[in-house]
Amino acid sequence: MDDEDLLEKVLVGDEGAFRELVGRYHTSLVRVARYHVESDAAAEDAAQDTWIAVLRGVHRFEGRSTFKTWLFKILVNRARTAGSRDRRQVPVDPTVVVPTVDASRFDARGAWADPPVPFTDLVERHLDDASVAASVHRAIRELPEPQQAVVTLRDVQGLSTYEVSALLGLSEGNVRVILHRGRARVRAALEDLARGGSR
Amino acid sequence: MSVLTRSLVCQEAVELATEYLEGALPRRVRRAYERHLAACDGCDAYLDQVRAVLTATGRVGPEDLDQPTLDALVGLYRETRGVGT
Repeated sequence: MDDEDLLEKVLVGDEGAFRELVGRYHTSLVRVARYHVESDAAAEDAAQDTWIAVLRGVHRFEGRSTFKTWLFKILVNRARTAGSRDRRQVPVDPTVVVPTVDASRFDARGAWADPPVPFTDLVERHLDDASVAASVHRAIRELPEPQQAVVTLRDVQGLSTYEVSALLGLSEGNVRVILHRGRARVRAALEDLARGGSR
Repeated sequence: MSVLTRSLVCQEAVELATEYLEGALPRRVRRAYERHLAACDGCDAYLDQVRAVLTATGRVGPEDLDQPTLDALVGLYRETRGVGT
């Protein structure tokens, strides 16, 4: 069932629909809130406040955007208001390339010394294994902000780069740079898993 | 920009993967990257891995809620239903 239908059911008292909806979004709300507030507890509060606002009809969903974009917009507004953290100026300088692959993988000329091997088949075959999910989830949980917020919105929840940039107040260029760093860490985690699994 | 004037080495090429997939590389850089990919199995494999990561991240979805958090949220729901509407 899509989000919009679930929301309708939630608003007329369907607790099962609410369980489903929070299952889809609550952890992501917390991860994104963490970018704006100082502590995990404050991020949890901001996510809960978001659900309260939705349930009380403080904000009405009018279908002008997708449900998820609307939901994250409420979250970001609440987290920003609650956040004591100063909005950092520019979290990344896109002109500075920070290496995202361990330098030991390359030789002195910058060519692969320890080249990666494709793992699409392996990952796809094991997508339903708990180990892949656990590895991806752990990697994302351990990402520093703002990578955690950007990877969550773009890759976990599938928002567009434009939507992510608007939500977080970052340029699209910066979103891509941050996304690149975050994805590189998730890739490294899955590569570790693939290498370990094939041994 | 150096990548425009000479061929890419692998260590530079890996840093272009996201912008390539996002369609955000300037045309000349994209061409240099694609030329490199065509000749380099390692970088081709690297891009394949990044694609696999995107598939995996999208498919496994967000982390499951732990029971106490779910209970707290359901409590909140019941409370809001009772008091509010």
